[in-house]
Amino acid sequence: MIKTTAQKIYVALIFIFLYAPIATLMVLSFNASRTRSKWGGFTLKWYAELFENEAIMEALYNTLLIALLSAIFATLIGTIACISIHRMRRRTRAIMIGITNIPMLNAEIVTGISLMLLFLTLGVKFGILTILLSHITFSIPYVILSVMPRMKQLNPSVYEAAQDLGASPARAFFKVVLPELMPGISSGFLMAFTMSLDDFIITHFTKGPGVDTLSTKIYTEVKKGIKPEMYALSTIIFVTVLILLILINRPQKKKQA
Amino acid sequence: MSTKLIDLQHITKSYDSNVILDDMNLYIRENEFLTLLGPSGCGKTTTLRIIGGFEKPDSGVVLFDGKDITNLPPNKRQLNTVFQKYALFTHMTIAENIAFGLKIKGKSKSYIQDKIKYALKLVNLDGFENRMPDSLSGGQQQRIAIARAIVNEPKVLLLDEPLGALDLKLRQDMQYELIRLKNELGITFIYVTHDQEEALTMSDTIVVMNQGYIQQIGTPEKIYNEPENAFVADFIGDSNIIDGIMVQDELVEILGAKFACVDKGFGSNKPVDVVIRPEDVDLVKPEEGTIQGVVTHIIFKGVHYEMEVSANGYDWLVQSTDMFPVGTKVGIKIDPFDIQIMNKPESEDEEAIAIDA
Amino acid sequence: MRKKLLAAPYTVWSVAFILIPLAMVFYYGLTDETGAFTLENIAAIATAEHSKALWLSLLLSLISTIICFFLAYPLAMILCRMQVNQHKFIVFIFILPMWMNFLLRTLAWQTLLEKSGVINNILSFFHLPTQNLINTPGAIVLGMVYNFLPFMILPIYNSLTKIDPNVINAAHDLGANNFQTLLKIIFPLSLPGVVSGITMVFVPSLTTFAISTMLGGSKILLIGNVIEQEFTQASNWHLGSGLSIVLMIFIILNMVLNTAFDKEGEGNVI
Repeated sequence: MIKTTAQKIYVALIFIFLYAPIATLMVLSFNASRTRSKWGGFTLKWYAELFENEAIMEALYNTLLIALLSAIFATLIGTIACISIHRMRRRTRAIMIGITNIPMLNAEIVTGISLMLLFLTLGVKFGILTILLSHITFSIPYVILSVMPRMKQLNPSVYEAAQDLGASPARAFFKVVLPELMPGISSGFLMAFTMSLDDFIITHFTKGPGVDTLSTKIYTEVKKGIKPEMYALSTIIFVTVLILLILINRPQKKKQA
Repeated sequence: MSTKLIDLQHITKSYDSNVILDDMNLYIRENEFLTLLGPSGCGKTTTLRIIGGFEKPDSGVVLFDGKDITNLPPNKRQLNTVFQKYALFTHMTIAENIAFGLKIKGKSKSYIQDKIKYALKLVNLDGFENRMPDSLSGGQQQRIAIARAIVNEPKVLLLDEPLGALDLKLRQDMQYELIRLKNELGITFIYVTHDQEEALTMSDTIVVMNQGYIQQIGTPEKIYNEPENAFVADFIGDSNIIDGIMVQDELVEILGAKFACVDKGFGSNKPVDVVIRPEDVDLVKPEEGTIQGVVTHIIFKGVHYEMEVSANGYDWLVQSTDMFPVGTKVGIKIDPFDIQIMNKPESEDEEAIAIDA
Repeated sequence: MRKKLLAAPYTVWSVAFILIPLAMVFYYGLTDETGAFTLENIAAIATAEHSKALWLSLLLSLISTIICFFLAYPLAMILCRMQVNQHKFIVFIFILPMWMNFLLRTLAWQTLLEKSGVINNILSFFHLPTQNLINTPGAIVLGMVYNFLPFMILPIYNSLTKIDPNVINAAHDLGANNFQTLLKIIFPLSLPGVVSGITMVFVPSLTTFAISTMLGGSKILLIGNVIEQEFTQASNWHLGSGLSIVLMIFIILNMVLNTAFDKEGEGNVI
């Protein structure tokens, strides 16, 4: 009994450690006083100012656009890569998987500067395109990581059986193989999307002047000094993520019950 | 008769309002091979886990050699378990697995070495000391799990469906192996299985369980030949279980015909269940039978033929070395000693048990 | 023919965006402005300023990793033992902060730790002396632990859930008490999770520059800050690349150490 109480206290302490800072931000986002030291009454004006701040709104648009596009391209390239890697000879496969692991294992700062050097040398104009190419690059390994296990589980006879029953190879692939891979593909897409949303370091090195995603915008704002709009932004992001994750997790919970 | 080594008294256990064991009483004698037999969810594994110390009963006591061990943790009990799916320590060699319990007890190096050698010899795996568990077959892993348990010289060895994951041939070999081990070690085995054949082959005593209740305790012969209720009869081997009326002592009416039997004391004109094993149904010429029927199916089973005979609205399952082609008119005759009379379940609870079976 | 066609997009992509960029880091790191081969950019790590930044980075990331491990392991064990219907939800709760932008999470600590921040406000409310919390190495460690703790919890938790409960029962059955079971059975079997947790905390801690900028002020420079400045401010790509090569050596060293330790652990831990 004492033991379980101690365990509960421990879990609660870590919970507080993880959430107290976020809760503080959320409370301060409603604080009318610009200084943190005083509670100046409840206000929504920081939210209004946030939505009127064109630079932040543009950064938000860029972030979502890049996340969506990079997730789509990464999923496409990653899935095709999985199918081809799966069919490779053992040795070639090991090499390909080794290369795939590089962006995941390497420090983000090194990946960031390496891409920056590439774009500089090629003379590509830094902007949305360079960020997008970089995000696709570091997202592909995560897609491969989640599709590959599905690919290995796939019973090769399924594809052959479909053809045996008269389906053309293409039809057999789209009707039989692809649906089997689908859970891996969709979780790979989600991972790529979140990785892109959350990235700061690589974006920092591959963005051009004047082009910002939310992460880089926050970084420059924070360096200049904290603005209460940032608290409002944090609150909105946290609540959005919370709602999205609860919605995603809901059907699974029902199944379990 | 030897003494009670383990005594379970009034054990009740439930999970989230699901009653797994209900006021169970059971004792295990020293040097006995006792099998807990029943379908999944009958409470046999829970019983074993309570004896092993991995579960605490909601109420009731567990006595070991007369001492109350209900609240004693597993590491303090004088018994060892062979787990389902072996539960070997995959990060250790075979020798380290076997040595684990002995090292904990602080035995000397030379003692441990001797014990490892002895245990591996006992389970016919000499020379496996430095192999890793993953490199062994299922049957070999099973033997190591047994070796790991017995080097600790437990008074009781608990075995939780130890042969469940093995294929048929290996399972049969291991059954003989276990009997040999039991005799060589001279300790008590408590064995959990849902396989009636395993239970009949190895046990001194079988405890048939269903839905948290003990249905019958007895020797394999007794359980097979004299099942106490329809569940036991149905679970152990094939049976014809037919509604009957006990007309008077030593006379029962089934399907409109009267059969002589040897049971007494059921009262007169009382509804009962009648159990007749398929090998005990004698097929004779129609005029010689107590009732008459027609053979509707026949399958060759090797040792015997298995037939279905439709007679007086019931499909009788019959095993016989004689062959009667489909369509043959036959008579059915039954020796009074082969007729088992059982009381109809009384409470709703028991009814549920019978239906579920 | 079709096989090659399928393999083409990713092969081209990984050569163009993984291998060539990496090769360029090595090219710039090993040459000077004239393009001649030199080891000067790598040797530059030995200068007082750079080596101080490197040692500080190594020290702080090591401390953060150790703290994360000791916080995460008990937590993962507790989560693992919870009832099935509960623990999915609870694990979800401990992963949730990871989904929030990491700069905003760090911003939160800035708000708490600042001179006129929340903690000092609370302290002065109780008439306690205010503390100098921000712009210290401690604040950086706190930021690292806070940001990367879930990366330690998750792999350890995953490896713990994979352990067959009967293996733990078997250890108890053979006479081991809770502590012996933890030391000889549970910990060795969870080593793969521990190793990947260590990597997932150590590498980003070692190479971060955002956390040190936001919580360490401009005075405390980590190796990440130095490299970042060489690229964005000083525009000395050669020096920046050279120092990146040094950084990669430490990352590879960490991985080699981890795999070696893991193998040893799988063999004979007793």
